[in-house]
Amino acid sequence: MTALTDLTVTALRDGVAQGEFTATEVATAFNAAVAEAQGALNAFIVTTPEKALDAAARVDADRAAGKPLGKLAGVPIGMKDLFATQGTQTTAASHILEGFVPQYESTVSQKLWDAGAGMLGKLNLDQFAMGSSNETSAFGNVISPWRRPDGQGGLDTAALAPGGSSGGSSAAVAARIVPAATGTDTGGSIRQPAAFTGISGIKPTYGRCSRWGIVAFASSLDQAGPMARDVADCALLLETMAGFDPKDSTSLNLPVPDWSAALSADLRGKKVGIPREYRIEGLNADVAKSWDDGIAWLKDAGAEVVDVSLPHTKYALPTYYIIAPAEASSNLARYDGVRYGLRDLPDHAGLQDMYAATRAAGFGAEVKRRILIGTYVLSAGFYDAYYTQAQKVRTLIARDFTEAFAQCDVILTPTAPSSAFALGEKSADPLEMYLNDVFSVPASLAGLPAMSVPAGLDSTGLPLGLHLIGKPFDEQGVLNAGLALEQRAAFTARPKKWW
Amino acid sequence: MSSYRIHGATGEWEVVIGLEVHAQITTQAKLFSGSATAFGAEPNTQVSLVDAAMPGMLPVLNGECIRQAVRTGIAINAQINAWSRFDRKNYFYADLPQGYQISQLYHPLVGEGYLDIEADEKAGIPVAKRIGVERIHVEQDAGKLMHDQHPTMSYVDLNRSGVALMEIVSRPDMTSPAEAGAYLSKLRTILRYVGSCDGNMDQGSMRADVNVSVRRPGEPLGTRTETKNVNSVRFVMAAIEHEANRQVDVLEAGGKIVQETRLFDPDTGTTRSMRSKEDAHDYRYFPDPDLLPLVLEAAFIEECRQSLPELPDAKRARYEQALGLSAYNAAVLTADVETARWFERLVALTASKQGKAEADVAKQAANWLTSELFGALNKLGKGLLDSPIGPEAAAELLALVGNATISGSIAKQVLEKMLETGDGAGEIVEREGLKQTTDTGAIEAAADAVLAANADKVEQYKGGKEALFGFFVGQTMKALQGKGNPQLVNQVLKAKLG
Amino acid sequence: MSVDTATVAKIASLARIKVTEADLEAMVPELNGILAWVEQLGEVDVTGVEPMTAVIPNTLRLREDVVNADPLTGGDVRDKVLANAPAPEHGFFGVPKVIE
Ligand SMILES: [Mg+2]
Ligand SMILES: [Zn+2]
Repeated sequence: MTALTDLTVTALRDGVAQGEFTATEVATAFNAAVAEAQGALNAFIVTTPEKALDAAARVDADRAAGKPLGKLAGVPIGMKDLFATQGTQTTAASHILEGFVPQYESTVSQKLWDAGAGMLGKLNLDQFAMGSSNETSAFGNVISPWRRPDGQGGLDTAALAPGGSSGGSSAAVAARIVPAATGTDTGGSIRQPAAFTGISGIKPTYGRCSRWGIVAFASSLDQAGPMARDVADCALLLETMAGFDPKDSTSLNLPVPDWSAALSADLRGKKVGIPREYRIEGLNADVAKSWDDGIAWLKDAGAEVVDVSLPHTKYALPTYYIIAPAEASSNLARYDGVRYGLRDLPDHAGLQDMYAATRAAGFGAEVKRRILIGTYVLSAGFYDAYYTQAQKVRTLIARDFTEAFAQCDVILTPTAPSSAFALGEKSADPLEMYLNDVFSVPASLAGLPAMSVPAGLDSTGLPLGLHLIGKPFDEQGVLNAGLALEQRAAFTARPKKWW
Repeated sequence: MSSYRIHGATGEWEVVIGLEVHAQITTQAKLFSGSATAFGAEPNTQVSLVDAAMPGMLPVLNGECIRQAVRTGIAINAQINAWSRFDRKNYFYADLPQGYQISQLYHPLVGEGYLDIEADEKAGIPVAKRIGVERIHVEQDAGKLMHDQHPTMSYVDLNRSGVALMEIVSRPDMTSPAEAGAYLSKLRTILRYVGSCDGNMDQGSMRADVNVSVRRPGEPLGTRTETKNVNSVRFVMAAIEHEANRQVDVLEAGGKIVQETRLFDPDTGTTRSMRSKEDAHDYRYFPDPDLLPLVLEAAFIEECRQSLPELPDAKRARYEQALGLSAYNAAVLTADVETARWFERLVALTASKQGKAEADVAKQAANWLTSELFGALNKLGKGLLDSPIGPEAAAELLALVGNATISGSIAKQVLEKMLETGDGAGEIVEREGLKQTTDTGAIEAAADAVLAANADKVEQYKGGKEALFGFFVGQTMKALQGKGNPQLVNQVLKAKLG
Repeated sequence: MSVDTATVAKIASLARIKVTEADLEAMVPELNGILAWVEQLGEVDVTGVEPMTAVIPNTLRLREDVVNADPLTGGDVRDKVLANAPAPEHGFFGVPKVIE
């Protein structure tokens, strides 16, 4: 029999429902896997084995009593530590929130628990979700379970980045210590780490998932989404996470479609757009090849491939690096040492000194950098030149997509410009790090659903992802194209266990 | 034009005043959260996770706040912006949990409007004047800091944090403390009529930021200062008076006015610079990304318009024209919505009790209310709203006068007894036997007795000293213990004195 | 536009982040690099383009004026509000004394 930890969410859920194994057995198996990997991967900030077991016990009791089971009954998952979880420390991977125990549960996590899922722990991430390599966490780097083959049948020892900001999520799913995890995506934070670790992840249309109870980074961009081993699991999880929430003014008041039921890899009659501006100068040859593979696979699934133009693509990253820091500088003003979290009160300090000391001690370097940029671009005299201009360019970027979608149903691009890099390789130069999100950011700025699915391994033996961008509200189109890619890529590679 | 001038050592100075009034919108729940707004609760009990700016908390707009602000806008003849949005004003302070106030800078809900202040010679307003209102925007109130509870700490109470405010920004159209006072009073009157703010200045539901500058007549605007959070009409006038004079002194001594935030000290009647807010000038306003544009349907705005009551200017005109009240009475009775309500109830009840038209009893009711009742209440140290007698009881009393059951002078006694005992007018008249007598026999007997006892005066009267008639009336009334019907007493005496 | 040490110090003060001289020295070139890069947006012709106000065209919903309609966003939760406070004092949040 396959190890329980090798099963997908769907298989676990079905196995529990059919009595092939109990939810408690599942939780126990994953708790053990988590405990075994924690020292090496540092994927979790806190583990909550008892929560996983409690949820499992409830599912087993319900099943024994013949009660109906939820969509995710018996499935333990990892929760990115950006979601507030009642009674369990929530930190956003920042020292400033160390010890903070929310008295409330985020809408998305509540929906997952209501569906019968259990929590294995709170997953590490880039601090306040700011980063692309999980090197900005105050709780240490997450180490990718992937290592480059050393060419002699063994593994290189260099620690690789799991991507970011949802790096704990991607590492844990790839290492098969959780069957699935939640992520959040502001500029690529679900998709880029999914691509780096050979898993799937989807960011839905802005407003599909409630932001209530998720520590905010950039409000107009932040969206929650699932990260899992395959497209079907992503569809199932997203169905559970999404839905109208009156507590979030930007929440979409739309019914949640039954995405998993409607999954279909038959793309006949569909048009796939290939944006010419994404073929950037010096594009990594492996990435270019994988993109070409993707095009061929979608054709094979029956889709017609068309060239489209997204002329403002090159401005997406600079636009993002004005808007996201601007919003973040304001969203993070609440961390001031007054009501919760760290307070650094030097001798004889007044209130304003306390703020400055607390925030200096509590925020990491990247967070400070972005707060300063955000503060600067909003400050008197610069607002129009930076912020207003960026919001205008954002309008143009969104318009590019509207025009492209007049000619196609879904857009295919690479997820990231390269496979995973080594820890420390890019952390010295913030700009170089920012360029990692060059393919994922445009869809974020336009609020569009987008997903990454594994496409294969590059010449260094590391996973690459393919990226699908859909029309607003058309998660189904994205998932279906993702399924078509998944079936043809037949990606079965998994990290060799070294931990 | 106002003729208000400051006479400085070097000549005359004109004062230019604009007011930013923060008015708490009357709602049950806060602007962006479901916690209560009631005054005087235990600290931090009316605080939600949203108000405390817990991580991941989000604002959701209370529709009633928008409705009340739109109604207010319509009441001051203002442009209602069907498209508006909320911005964040960023600054750090312990009473501001989010690190920003959600307000409206770029696209306020209400645009250009105005209100009229009346001429009031005695108050120093020679002619009526129209004061422009630049905008009304909706925003969050801040929490409260307490400084006197602990030697080294201040205490933060967030009960007010997130309560809805309207900021009503006037044009710099006022040129004297009196005009500013009249504007603020009028605005308060309108808000109370509309019901969008209780106008309770001592509980902080209405407070004004006072912008003052001075200039030589005819010259361009001078640099202004802003005196924050002044919480009574009297204090606003005092703050202007002091601030304008201070500025003149500075300028005449060759100094410059610094654009700054100041604080008014009611104990000394002076203003002083507020250094704690000195560096808070770069607010980094930007649209709140947690909130979408606010778009109002025409039907919503129309409902707001339809739901407005008769407003003070219209009511006042109607009192004068349709009800025939004096300008003074119309002004007094419309100055406060509760007074007007009281009066209108009184008129309606009085008219129906006597089977007369309202217009036929309104004047009598108005005179009685403004002179008799206000006078009596004044002596008791009470206002109309805490009056021991209501319009019902008052109408009963007025009806007794109207149908000649008692005379006007007996009515005064009855009113005093009503206020004392809380009993009804009819009951008191009955119990104390105060009914006016129309028994001609009794009146004749009394008159005969008076004339007999004053034979000498009767002689003088007949000799031409007609002024003595009043004396006979008075004596007869006295003999009748004031209860004689005055007309009958007159008739009887006239007949007997021939 | 490029920033100098004084400007970065001013921004840091606005953002209430205490920075040392050494921090400042390191931050100036970093911020200038990022600012120079984002300034390429200046070359985009945005004539007649409205700044984005809602990424998915949508407008605000209005909530009913009801107290504590949803316990998650209502009051009467002082214990929860103060549960993580660094210095809770008699139902208040304590902060260093402020002189106004
Ligand atoms: Mg003001
Ligand atoms: Zn204001």
